Amino acid sequence: MPKLSYLKAMNRALGDELAADDRVFLLGEDIRVAASNLTAGLFTRFGPDRVLDTPLSEQAFTNFATGAALAGLRPVIEFQIPSLLFLVFEQIANQAHKFSLMSGGQCKVPVTYVVPGSGSRTGWAGQHSDHPYSLFAQVGVKTVVPSTPADAYGLLLSAIRDDDPVVVFAPAGALGFREDVDFSTLAPVPLGVGRVARAGTDVTVVALGHLVQDALAVADELAGEASIEVFDPRTVYPLDVEGLAASVARTRRLVVIDDSNRTSGFGAEVLAVAAERFDLVTPPRRVTRPDGAVLPFALALDRAVQPGRDDLVAAIRGVLEEK
Amino acid sequence: MTTVDLYRTVRLIRRFEERAIEFVRSGEIVGGIHPYIGQEAIAAGVCAALRADDLITSTHRGHGHVLAKGVNPARMFAELMGRESGLNKGRGGSMHAADFGLGILGANAIVGAAGSIATGAAWAQRRLGRSSVAVTFFGDGAVNEGMLLEAFNLAALWRVPVLFVCENNGYATTMPVDSAVAGSITGRAKAFGIPAFTIDGQDPEKVLAATTAAVDRARSGKGPTFLECTTYRFDAHHTFEHRVRLSYRSDEEVSAGWSRDPVEIQGARLAREDRAAVDAEVEALLDAAASIALGSAHPDPIAALEYLYASPEVFR
Repeated sequence: MPKLSYLKAMNRALGDELAADDRVFLLGEDIRVAASNLTAGLFTRFGPDRVLDTPLSEQAFTNFATGAALAGLRPVIEFQIPSLLFLVFEQIANQAHKFSLMSGGQCKVPVTYVVPGSGSRTGWAGQHSDHPYSLFAQVGVKTVVPSTPADAYGLLLSAIRDDDPVVVFAPAGALGFREDVDFSTLAPVPLGVGRVARAGTDVTVVALGHLVQDALAVADELAGEASIEVFDPRTVYPLDVEGLAASVARTRRLVVIDDSNRTSGFGAEVLAVAAERFDLVTPPRRVTRPDGAVLPFALALDRAVQPGRDDLVAAIRGVLEEK
Repeated sequence: MTTVDLYRTVRLIRRFEERAIEFVRSGEIVGGIHPYIGQEAIAAGVCAALRADDLITSTHRGHGHVLAKGVNPARMFAELMGRESGLNKGRGGSMHAADFGLGILGANAIVGAAGSIATGAAWAQRRLGRSSVAVTFFGDGAVNEGMLLEAFNLAALWRVPVLFVCENNGYATTMPVDSAVAGSITGRAKAFGIPAFTIDGQDPEKVLAATTAAVDRARSGKGPTFLECTTYRFDAHHTFEHRVRLSYRSDEEVSAGWSRDPVEIQGARLAREDRAAVDAEVEALLDAAASIALGSAHPDPIAALEYLYASPEVFR
């Protein structure tokens, strides 16, 4: 079977959807020459009206997309840098997201926001290394963080076809991930439905995006100690609570690894759901960035702030050992 | 659009707003409103130059715009009162009134935000092969919002069929325009190569003439135009000022503003009996509208988050 990389899978999803639906168009910075490689080949194939290279005006072009969506198009915006989402938080959270309710259901805003290279890119320091998916979940914007090439393809397709705003985080740590894929099996992946990435019986590890690979590696490493289930929710919001509940019903132990800051992050939400609904034999644990973290530049410091495999191993052993 | 039609619109807006203020006082409208009184000629003149399929975006001071674009006053009163029969089913209120069937993409409560939304909508209309244009209304305060200046750039670059209509009423809430705007308002648009004109925003006929020229230009593919309409807000920034008096302008200044009342300017162009007939027609329309709105059902709290998402997934 051919190998498909995560980034190429997203590129393929964009090309397929541009070809399938004339209402779809892309906009963003440097997308004509495909600086991030997300839009490689698409300008040549679809032309300047479908692949709209924009000036550095994130706030205006994010609202521009909302206006185009209100008029009947289905825009997809590429943001080169995850922290730009802070700049356009008003345009997504306070504008695009609110139109449906505020208008009493008169309109829809089917805009997709794609961030290829979210989280730490190693060496890009404080203002280029954020991973703010928890923020969008908190305000109720549909948010996905795919972990595999097939899911990147399928979730991006579903995001574009969804009638509401959807943010798609493609973690920098996952972009180069490749897997054998039968292209004929590539298909939309529904929003809000998680998957068991590895079945196990002793503990459920919840992981998103690039951290799924870390969780799987740790599960292999600890195979002699425990049978670890890795649950990949794929969608941060709406969270697949039923899928998670089914996994935890089998394992009754829970660890979540999350590339958010600790307070009010995705990991905190998973633990809150667990406290409300799950019958655990030991208290759950979370592995996250520290509270209020700003990613420092120096490599060792960058790594120290991100949730890593060693922290995950310690957390898993913690829930296994506690009585 | 005739002289009588323009008069009917300014009169309708004026009396709608006066009645809305009464409903604020009586408690039928909660949260208050930003009255449009004094600025009616702009909404009336601009919307008179538009087709039914043209689009507008409005502001926090937006009742005039949506009435001039043709909304049913009963549904507008009902929206202000938070009723199920309101334009937005009571989910939007004064600052978010929208009627997509009439091309009203909504009033927007964030100053300067709608300019880029209107630009995107107008661009999309053209891409979809439609000949409609979009108008975005905003105040003098919005010209200091960077996002709006970014929209000027996009609209000019891509020759988007959009009109930027600035209602310069002299104050951003309480901040006088002279204390807030370095350079000039039209200078901002001109810097992007957008033709920009300052017109008398108290005279509906002048606003109509300037808008007609700008709409023709946009429809013929020549891109955006900027109109600075000089005007004056006769009433409060917001009805809370009726209770809490803020001192930022003198009684003399307000009286001087009233000396150029758009309703009187347009009314003087009608024969006395014709004007009286329009006035009676407007009162009858608003009597009926208010009565319908007051008789409308309140939304059921169980449906508080209905319409939160456009797609059908169920959220917990």
